[in-house]
Amino acid sequence: MPFFAFTFLFLLYPASILGVRSFQDTQTRAFTFKYVAQLLREPYLLGAYWLSIKISIITALGGGVFGFLLAFSAIRGGLPRFMRSSLMTFCGVASNFAGVPLAFAFIALLSPSGVLTGWLSSLGFNPYFYGFTLYTFWGLCIVYMYFQFPLMVLIIAPAIDGLKREWVEAAENLGASSFQYWRYVAFPILLPAMLGAMILLFGNAFGAFATAQALTGGQINLVTIVIGSQLRGDILADPGLGYALALGMVVVMASAIVARTILQRRSERWLR
Amino acid sequence: MRRGGRIWAWFWMVLGILYFFLPLFATFWFSLHAKKGVLSFLAYENILRSRAFVYNFSASALWAVLTIVVGVLIFVPTAYVIRLRVPQFRAPVEFITLLPFVTPAIVYVFALVRTFSRPPLLIVDTPELLIAAYTILCMPYMYSAVDTGLRAIDVRTLTEAAQSLGGGWGIILFRVILPNIRVAILSGMFLSFAIVMGEMILAQYLVKPAFAPYMAYLMQQKAYEPAALAVISFALTWASMGIIQFVGRGVPGQAQVAAGH
Repeated sequence: MPFFAFTFLFLLYPASILGVRSFQDTQTRAFTFKYVAQLLREPYLLGAYWLSIKISIITALGGGVFGFLLAFSAIRGGLPRFMRSSLMTFCGVASNFAGVPLAFAFIALLSPSGVLTGWLSSLGFNPYFYGFTLYTFWGLCIVYMYFQFPLMVLIIAPAIDGLKREWVEAAENLGASSFQYWRYVAFPILLPAMLGAMILLFGNAFGAFATAQALTGGQINLVTIVIGSQLRGDILADPGLGYALALGMVVVMASAIVARTILQRRSERWLR
Repeated sequence: MRRGGRIWAWFWMVLGILYFFLPLFATFWFSLHAKKGVLSFLAYENILRSRAFVYNFSASALWAVLTIVVGVLIFVPTAYVIRLRVPQFRAPVEFITLLPFVTPAIVYVFALVRTFSRPPLLIVDTPELLIAAYTILCMPYMYSAVDTGLRAIDVRTLTEAAQSLGGGWGIILFRVILPNIRVAILSGMFLSFAIVMGEMILAQYLVKPAFAPYMAYLMQQKAYEPAALAVISFALTWASMGIIQFVGRGVPGQAQVAAGH
């Protein structure tokens, strides 16, 4: 069937090349662990993984919490009904809006000559006097949040819909306070779904490249950026190391997916 | 819900709206300042007149259309045959179609470049490879759109009816099945269109003209024109999503999320 031929040639075969060549000496073609070992020894490369993981965790948590609060407000917050459908539309657009235009939008907003920076400094508070810059870690976090929290809203909305009104009423009839309802009913039910969604957010940020590249011009040491410049031949003389780097990303993503699958099994118990 | 809850609900919504619109507003505001001292659409004029824009934009549009055509040609027959003939292949095929969703684009293009840049597979320069890569990139959305469409119709009855009227496989697939699932496929098509139009990594590393790398290039050269480009690009995403919502009315579907970051 053409499907299998096509996906084999353009997806599975290149992926297997990645796996094989990570363990193959570039010159002698002999089996070797040296690239993986080198990867684990090189502080520069480990630092890249660490930075990528850090930014992914922070934006997954931040985007996850904010996205959840937004989704919950729109669905159960007693807001007009049209708010919900427009929020969903906005989130569909925003989670697809990334890369170069997103980077530019934040440069227009928050760079030293940006619109918001201008407003804030006319109020006497220029964030750049307080150590803020758009082009480093925290700036990138703010930009990533733009596609992270809409994704959270889209993923978590069905779970919030699954919270039955009867459960609130039952809890109230039993004399539970609002805090107790959250602590003992809603939160435990939603937790697996929320964690699962945040893992997706983690993967979403971990694989992000274009946004960071466009924003910082490749000046930030993320794994994706390192792979990108390795591919252009800027750094890392040994191509074998590039394979190992890419393979490492696949390993991180795969573990995230496994964790999500496990959590999904748990959350399906109550939410269907 | 108590009143305190509603106030908080408004608070989070307002915060979300600000987060969503402030960067867009800033971009738009910025794009109007190409002429000193007055607001004007000069930046847009410059962009739309420039030949590089037309060249790169139409290149991206061409890639998008070809990707959609290839995607339909491959995934419609696949999903159809799986549903009708070999349901036991369903799980592995679905697994394969979801793989691009979890593979970072930069890792994918790395593997592509390394695989296809040495003989016997020296095709890294060909536009065909870019189309194939885009088709893979859009596969999760395209396949699930087709599959959702097929689920909603009675594939078996339609096939048998067409067969007893003497229709061959080509006729069944493209004259009977395809028109019946066109609404469902449309959402996959427009999502693919939006993904390909906004995609930078593949085009950049396979060295082909495209809209997003052009924008990245212009960002280093000029100040106001890239703002106009960003607005245009946002309008494109918005239009695609709007069309998806519009054609998807009444069809039970879920949120569509792409991965072009």
